[in-house]
Amino acid sequence: MSNHATKTICSTDIDASCRLPLLALFGGAAVWLVLGLLLGLAAAMSFHAPDLFADCAYLSYGRAQAAANDLLLYGFVIPAGLGVTLWIFARLSQAPLALPIVPVAAANLWHLGVLIGTAAILLGHGTGHDWLEYPRSGAVLLFAGFLLAAVSAVATMGFRADREMYPSHWFLFAALLWFAWAYSSANLFLLSGHPPRGVVQAIIDWWFANNLVFVGLALMGVGMAFYFLPKFAGQPLAGSGYTLFAFLTLIFFGTWCGIPQSAPVPAWLPAISAFGALLTLIPILAVAIIAWKTAAPAAFSLGGGPFCFVKFGTCSFVVSGFLYLAEFCPRYSRAVDFTWFGFGVTQWQLLGFAGMIVCGAIFHILPLIMQKELPFPKLAKVAFFFFGGGVLLYVIPLLIGGVVQGLKFRQGIDFADISAGAMMFYRISTTGQALILVGSLFLLLNLFVMTIQWKIGLAKTAFAAVTAPLQAPIERRDREVTP
Amino acid sequence: MKSGLTVFLAAFVALGASWFGFVYGPLEQLGGEKQTTVLQSPDSWPPQRTGAATLGLQVYRKYGCAACHTEQVRQSDAANEIWLTSLGDHKPQDFRDFIQSLMIVPELMPASNTIVGKLQQWGGTVPVLLYSGDDATVVSTLAGKLKPVGVKAEVQVVALGADIRRGWGMRKSVAADYLYDEPVQLGNLRAGPDLSLVGVRDPDANWQLQHLYAPRSIVKNSTMPAFRSLFLVREKAGEPGSPEALVLPQEFAPAADMEVVPTAEARELAAYLLSLKANAPLYEAPFTPVTAAK
Repeated sequence: MSNHATKTICSTDIDASCRLPLLALFGGAAVWLVLGLLLGLAAAMSFHAPDLFADCAYLSYGRAQAAANDLLLYGFVIPAGLGVTLWIFARLSQAPLALPIVPVAAANLWHLGVLIGTAAILLGHGTGHDWLEYPRSGAVLLFAGFLLAAVSAVATMGFRADREMYPSHWFLFAALLWFAWAYSSANLFLLSGHPPRGVVQAIIDWWFANNLVFVGLALMGVGMAFYFLPKFAGQPLAGSGYTLFAFLTLIFFGTWCGIPQSAPVPAWLPAISAFGALLTLIPILAVAIIAWKTAAPAAFSLGGGPFCFVKFGTCSFVVSGFLYLAEFCPRYSRAVDFTWFGFGVTQWQLLGFAGMIVCGAIFHILPLIMQKELPFPKLAKVAFFFFGGGVLLYVIPLLIGGVVQGLKFRQGIDFADISAGAMMFYRISTTGQALILVGSLFLLLNLFVMTIQWKIGLAKTAFAAVTAPLQAPIERRDREVTP
Repeated sequence: MKSGLTVFLAAFVALGASWFGFVYGPLEQLGGEKQTTVLQSPDSWPPQRTGAATLGLQVYRKYGCAACHTEQVRQSDAANEIWLTSLGDHKPQDFRDFIQSLMIVPELMPASNTIVGKLQQWGGTVPVLLYSGDDATVVSTLAGKLKPVGVKAEVQVVALGADIRRGWGMRKSVAADYLYDEPVQLGNLRAGPDLSLVGVRDPDANWQLQHLYAPRSIVKNSTMPAFRSLFLVREKAGEPGSPEALVLPQEFAPAADMEVVPTAEARELAAYLLSLKANAPLYEAPFTPVTAAK
């Protein structure tokens, strides 16, 4: 495709080309987000009223929490992130989305996979590996869907008008590779029918979880932040050299975290992870500096809206990143091992960082691809406060509660008392979950009303076309007669 | 970076290196793991599970028990200890003087202050801990010197750490412990206690079943959800009812003509829990299994 041809395409056409695939990806994602948060609340109820689901095995804590975590990651963050990636690639390429029908098919495969996986977990067919709970049938669909969407994304990137690769390109492109490699590799080893013996399974699972939930989400979220922050702030991205540095250090050092310090494995593994975590401080600091220099000159406002979402998400990345790395600190990590701390950090990464950025992006992109204002713009603004406040209220009590738990554990206090004592923090965090749920309902509402309005519009146009008075095809009859 | 290929190569090398280190490396090192031998014993480790316990592992997976329970014990350190268990016909003062006189032995020199210091306040009660520390030669030398004079002492290796003080393990967990687990479920949250040694701590299957049915009938402030769906509540077929029925405290028992019977899944899960006994000393995690008379 020549440069000349692409230059004539205006951004409206690019956005319109993304409409179908993005609606398919975002719509499902919003549903899964709401369902995931609902299941998370159901799981939390097991702690508030331990006998609530005693007769209902489907909602026992172990199943509901695993299903909720997977719905947030595979149901919401990744498909919505794929949608945003497609749009950013199209915009950066100044070209319409390549193969636009492929990601629609991808979205359907993906959502079907999530549905199968979730049902399997709730029915007791989860695999028992953290973050890989979906059985083979679900995992295969996810992977096929992902590959299709990635093909479209990479093709769009390949057709870019300007040959220069922007920082967002590096990050988002690498994120695609990360998911494809980590997910396929971990599934092939653990679910292929001949899994490796013993503790190697746990090691592979840690490697996978670190590369997907930490590095993968970091690449995706930071890639988006580096696109949206300059755009919203009206500033160029600060320090282009630093950006490359942050990218390379993140992918070369971040990938070595993940093995817990107390793991029952040969000592070299946790030792490397501790060193990797130390070095990963560098990219997180670099991202913090770049984001600060880019966004700080813009007028500070907390009015809600996409910019707030992205700023909150970027701050979350930095803070949750530091907390995540603290879990790999030799000796001192023992204070927080096996407590609610780690759970809180993961939820912060999922919802506070990746979830927030993706949500902000959806609120920004949606009016553009539909060429129409959001149906409830006020709710979209309020959603930020529910989301942001909810995340803080959800996560911070868990972090504090985790440290308290760890300290009490060392003092030798009776274990049942420690667990019961952590419940106070847990109760506060559940209110946070409920707030996030309200915010996610606002997202779902906007998305669905918009889709329905659009479908009604389509139906009206079609109806008008069908009922329009017929025009006799005179010319054609003439042509037939002539020979 | 101008071309996609450069970015791809950088990403490929970065992720590939970590894959090589954390997936391929451990597979090479541990993938062909076999049973090891228990220290000072002809037994192999880990023992094969019974059929019911193997099925129980799947019940453990099905219900996501690993969401709240770990199966890994941490150990901060290990110590060589020597305990004086009997003085024979000697008097405490004589023993103290004897120990004092031993402190010129070169192997004991580094620990002389601690050993002598410990005995300063000692009134003669046994057993008493003479030395606890890293240095194995101190312990063996001291034991060698005490034996000929008719004083009885016990030497042991103990694991230290918060988990071990709590009685959740006798040593740290090691890779070999999970050889027969499929899937391996180490867990990462202790909303409930660690289960590595639960088969030794609570070795009664009926206790386990009652705890699954009504956790708060055993631990008052337990936060564990009840798993009543693993049990059948049915009408008694005559008195005294099924021998398998749980014996429950009044508060948790069903109506008088009903009984609570564990399903096959419940029994398998209990069998699995009883199979969790990480109590064998291994080369990489030594300890002295026979508890000294303290």
